[in-house]
Amino acid sequence: MAQYSSTLIYISLFFGLYYQIFILITLFEKESKKIVSKKAAFDDVTAPSVSIIIPCFNEEKTLEKTVLSLLNLDYPKEKLSIIIVDDGSKDSTYTKALELTKYPSVKAFTQKNGGKYVALNFGIKKSDADIVGCLDADSTVHRDSLKKMIPFFDKEKTVAVTPAMKVQNPVNILQRMQNTEYNIGILLKKVMGKLDAIHVTPGPFSLFKRDLFNKIGYFKHAYNTEDMEIAFRIQENHYRIANCANAFVYTITPTTLKKLYVQRTRWTYGFIKNAIDYKHLIFNPRYGNIGMLTLPFAVISSIVALLIFGNTIYNFFVYILQHLQKYIIAGFSFNRISFDPFFLNTSSVMILTTIMFVFSLILIFLAWKLAEGKSFPNRDVLYFIAFYGFIAPLWLAKASFNVLASRSTPWR
Amino acid sequence: MNIKKYIFVFLITTGIFAIAFIISNYINDRRYDVIKSTADKISIDILSLETQFELFQESSCDSLKNSILSDEINALADKLSYAENQRGINDADVITLKKYYSLLEIKDYLLMKKVDTKCDVNPIAILYFYTNEETCTDCTKQGYVLTKLRADHPELKVYSFDYDLKLNAIKTLTSIYKVPKELPAIVIDGKTYSKFQSVEDIQKIIPALVATSTATTTKNTLK
Repeated sequence: MAQYSSTLIYISLFFGLYYQIFILITLFEKESKKIVSKKAAFDDVTAPSVSIIIPCFNEEKTLEKTVLSLLNLDYPKEKLSIIIVDDGSKDSTYTKALELTKYPSVKAFTQKNGGKYVALNFGIKKSDADIVGCLDADSTVHRDSLKKMIPFFDKEKTVAVTPAMKVQNPVNILQRMQNTEYNIGILLKKVMGKLDAIHVTPGPFSLFKRDLFNKIGYFKHAYNTEDMEIAFRIQENHYRIANCANAFVYTITPTTLKKLYVQRTRWTYGFIKNAIDYKHLIFNPRYGNIGMLTLPFAVISSIVALLIFGNTIYNFFVYILQHLQKYIIAGFSFNRISFDPFFLNTSSVMILTTIMFVFSLILIFLAWKLAEGKSFPNRDVLYFIAFYGFIAPLWLAKASFNVLASRSTPWR
Repeated sequence: MNIKKYIFVFLITTGIFAIAFIISNYINDRRYDVIKSTADKISIDILSLETQFELFQESSCDSLKNSILSDEINALADKLSYAENQRGINDADVITLKKYYSLLEIKDYLLMKKVDTKCDVNPIAILYFYTNEETCTDCTKQGYVLTKLRADHPELKVYSFDYDLKLNAIKTLTSIYKVPKELPAIVIDGKTYSKFQSVEDIQKIIPALVATSTATTTKNTLK
């Protein structure tokens, strides 16, 4: 048992270090001509037409703010249209949407509740723009974002562009923890964009060439993770997904552990199910870095995280039981704490873990610099380091259980 | 996809692994040296005390009583116990050091008895025989009890011996005190007690251990 555990730890450390080094090297690598977009300039005449679809379900409170942020975009007004699709809301979302049609570029529709992907497809079909995008009704965009993202479509093979997602006004510890997580995500997305290895086009403000949907089909239910499945399908068809790391989109994140748990269980469940559906991509060099890096490491890291979490829980209980036994047998005795460097843990596992931790800190600092423009992170990073490792395995375990038990994961 | 990059990253990762193993081994070897040099120092000190004892006529009981080595031996036990956990109970270096340590314990015990006879110091000492076999759960429990007693009573000396260590001196000791194969076993004042002995059991045998219960130190037995 101990031998298997030790082997597992070494394999995990090797994969973890390999991934971190790969990310760091890619980050500092000069972009090759093939990857770099010309970032073609455009003016009011040459700018492609863009439709942004807002699928919404019971979003009466946040819809207006979302629409106003789109109206405020620095983009030729006659080239931008906003399509609100109410997915059979039970509140006054559709009334609110109709009110917003006072702005000429805003159109509002309603449909019987069919799910987000149905609303998105409905909106896409209503659009005849060159580019279509989606924006969740709980998100807002930075004024410059669209202007920065459009030039990435200059490459013929590029059919989708993802933005840099940030947490909108993080207040409590949970949101601040997610703030760090999202900032790290911005860095990883930038790297994965360079590698042509992005595996999700997030709901908040990913853009697509309109004719892509005629070529590879529309959004699917995809276990409530249609934004992930479409990315898998794009990669399967050897198209490119680019990332614009300075096009910021702000999204409202869960405020309670329960809400976060539900959201992440859905995401993780969706990832596992989609990864199973697209398993032919994994470890397949024909699909480049998505097949050889992103997907294998996502799968392996999920398994490893679960095993390490299980192992930690087991060791924790063994530790507690041992001390309980010690107390029952011999009673309590006070141990004086003294420091002797002799007893410092200098095992190879500890040295490798320390190296990994240092690399993680470097990545976090770089992510902070990229996302916040600051060299030193604030206390949000401490929340991330302190809590994320303990709570992430919870939804990983739940999602894995749901997959094994063939249970679907609800949206909310 | 850039295959060269995958290979390059693989080589760097392998290199980091190799460096981590080299550093870890180097530090472990240094640790062995530290234990060995501590043991050597104790060995010299014991020899010195024995010599002092031989010269007893010229040496006062006070100076002998004050030259107690047990604390240093206990510190050595802690380090050896740590090395045993890190390198495994079957590590050749660890076994050699344990033999050395056991011999030092026996010498210290014998010296203590001599000092007791001549100077009437009445030390409280327990010889503890254990095994590292996983089946001996009582050995673990006995370890807890002795650790607790030693923490509460710094004057208590516990000499622990691995029964399975192939060392003639230990065999002789077990033969003298008729230590059975069923472990754990402890020897107090020449009398052998087999099977697990609780704190209360030991306090009945050594009433002096009931008197005080202030924890003043942290010392672990080898088991």
